[in-house]
Amino acid sequence: MSAKRKYKRRYDSLPTVLLFVLPALIPLIVFWIYPILRTIYLSFTNWDYISPTYKLVGIKNYLSLFRNPRFYEALWHTLVFTAGTLFPTIILGLVLALLLVKNFRGSGILKFIIFSPWITPTVAISIVWSWIYKTDGGIANTILTSLGMSPLKWIASSDTAMLSVIIVTIWKSLGYAMIFYLSALEKVPGELYEAGALDGAHGWRQFVDITLPSISPTTFFLTIITMVNSLQAYDQIQVLTQGGPSGSTRTLLYMYYQLGFNEFNMGQATAVAVVMILLTVGLSLIQFKVSEKWVYY
Amino acid sequence: MAEIILKNVTKEYENGFQAVKNINLEIKDNEFVILVGPSGCGKSTTLRMIAGLEDISDGDLYLDGKRINDVSPQDRDIAMVFQNYALYPHMTVYQNIAYSLKIKKVPKDEIDKRVKDVAASLGLENLLDRRPGQLSGGQKQRVAMGRAIIRHPKAFLMDEPLSNLDAKLRGQMRVEIADLYRRLNTTFIYVTHDQTEAMTLGTKIVVMKDGEIMQIDNPTNLFNYPNNKFVAGFIGTPTMNFFEGEIEEKGDGLILKTRDGFIPLTAEKAAKVREGGWVGKKVTAGIRPEHVELSDQDSAAFRGEVSVFELLGSNAIIYTQCQDDRIIMNTDQTQYQEHGKEIFLKVKEAKLHLFDPETERTITN
Ligand SMILES: Nc1ncnc2c1ncn2[C@@H]1O[C@H](COP(=O)(O)OP(=O)(O)OP(=O)(O)O)[C@@H](O)[C@H]1O
Ligand SMILES: [Mg+2]
Repeated sequence: MSAKRKYKRRYDSLPTVLLFVLPALIPLIVFWIYPILRTIYLSFTNWDYISPTYKLVGIKNYLSLFRNPRFYEALWHTLVFTAGTLFPTIILGLVLALLLVKNFRGSGILKFIIFSPWITPTVAISIVWSWIYKTDGGIANTILTSLGMSPLKWIASSDTAMLSVIIVTIWKSLGYAMIFYLSALEKVPGELYEAGALDGAHGWRQFVDITLPSISPTTFFLTIITMVNSLQAYDQIQVLTQGGPSGSTRTLLYMYYQLGFNEFNMGQATAVAVVMILLTVGLSLIQFKVSEKWVYY
Repeated sequence: MAEIILKNVTKEYENGFQAVKNINLEIKDNEFVILVGPSGCGKSTTLRMIAGLEDISDGDLYLDGKRINDVSPQDRDIAMVFQNYALYPHMTVYQNIAYSLKIKKVPKDEIDKRVKDVAASLGLENLLDRRPGQLSGGQKQRVAMGRAIIRHPKAFLMDEPLSNLDAKLRGQMRVEIADLYRRLNTTFIYVTHDQTEAMTLGTKIVVMKDGEIMQIDNPTNLFNYPNNKFVAGFIGTPTMNFFEGEIEEKGDGLILKTRDGFIPLTAEKAAKVREGGWVGKKVTAGIRPEHVELSDQDSAAFRGEVSVFELLGSNAIIYTQCQDDRIIMNTDQTQYQEHGKEIFLKVKEAKLHLFDPETERTITN
């Protein structure tokens, strides 16, 4: 306690702090804060992305956005995509970690295989999956039919396109969640399980009462990371569906891209981007708030 | 009620290492048994086998006459306090203490009553809503004990429960544990490195070394009548002085000839020595620092130079460097000796211990 206070006193003055933080701050300002401010500014203009001049138009972009059904559709898709990737990634990542935390022959290789999609470029992954999803002769349908089920149209149908993109995204981020859970599980003190064994905590009880709370900081971290990743998903949508068919996989980010770079309506596009920023911040804040109830450090 | 018997118990870990070798131990109801020994001698392993946290490789473990080798930990009805407390960090003090009852589906109001009773008896009433992270070491220790007490177990196992506390708190908690033992009237098995804990708490002390039991006895006997050189050296601080000597006849008695002089043997000791056929042979002798005294040159057993004078309050330790040995003397603070001064030492003959230099077994105490 007293060591902490001493530490604070010595380094608390603003110039000293700035001196140390500045090297990290410069790229942050150049590549993050400035673009954000610029984006917010542009969302109040009618810039078409090409002309050198543009006018301030007030909140016109926002008004027309909020009147546009396409926006609400994209917002809904974003939420569906985020929830649809977030929960399975976390749950399956944990299940895999639980299965692989005990080392056995080949467990190392298995871990690497599961982790490898994370370090493979999403574009490459998505191209491969677009072959898998081929309606005629794709592996996905081959498997379905060999199991006696009827084939699906996958990314070619607006009913299944979102599901298809979600599956690819989960598959990609699963290994990442697993790696974090593996290290979290290894760090749970063995004594806790032993104390639990004496108290009578076994199996599911042990998992719920001891394991889950002990790894809750990791769960929280993964929730935030996976959520932000999902909100920012672009590559796989671009390669697999380009937001289609008939807008069924158009998320806010993809809508931003289409508005800005296909329709050259940068004012509207940046308005979408600002909404996305607010959405991300809002969801994160909610998570942080809720986390006080279930995360134990 | 708990009588615990270990019969030829052996623990071999997966890597083939035998941490506990064929030990036999009988623990009667209401005994306070202490397991002591140097690091790695198998104390924790023994305790964990009794708790059921470690499989028993060979031999039998009985609790109240029933063989419990294959009974699961929670069904053994034995509670354990861990060295690092092992409190559930995400539960409050209340929940930590209540957890085992909650699992047993004890009715809520009974749990509440029992938790409050236990908390009151340990002075935890005001901490029930806190999490372990918000407690001091001593408080955590109390919660860990509370968690054990609430189950009304047949036996308490404690693995170095005080080793994470500072010296002062350790002393305080030691008294509390002694008090707890008197109130609960149950069997305690307690692992420690600390001699003071062992000597003050235990009604029976088990000294272990390399997975084997060296001696089982009450504190007084262990101190006064060690079975072998290891126990003699392990119990007591500062440790016993050991030195070589030769048994010789002198007059109608026997003496132990030391390098610088001799120590006459009492009639009783002489009889034992003769019985064992040690006359004329080399033996290892031991004398506790408190039984060493300053002497004049004629009756001295040792001569040497004072290397350190250590004042410890009312008493003082004098380290004397002799030709071959370093003799430690525990005396009172008035006996100040200057560094480098030549002094002569003698020993209280009745307190001399003699050991077989080969087997290290006691010849006479
Ligand atoms: N899981 C294990 N696998 C192999 N060897 C082990 C294992 N656990 C303990 N040992 C070994 O068994 C021996 C006894 O260990 P134990 O923990 O019982 O010692 P201890 O007397 O409690 O020591 P300390 O006083 O340091 O706690 C040690 O040599 C230790 O290295
Ligand atoms: Mg130990």
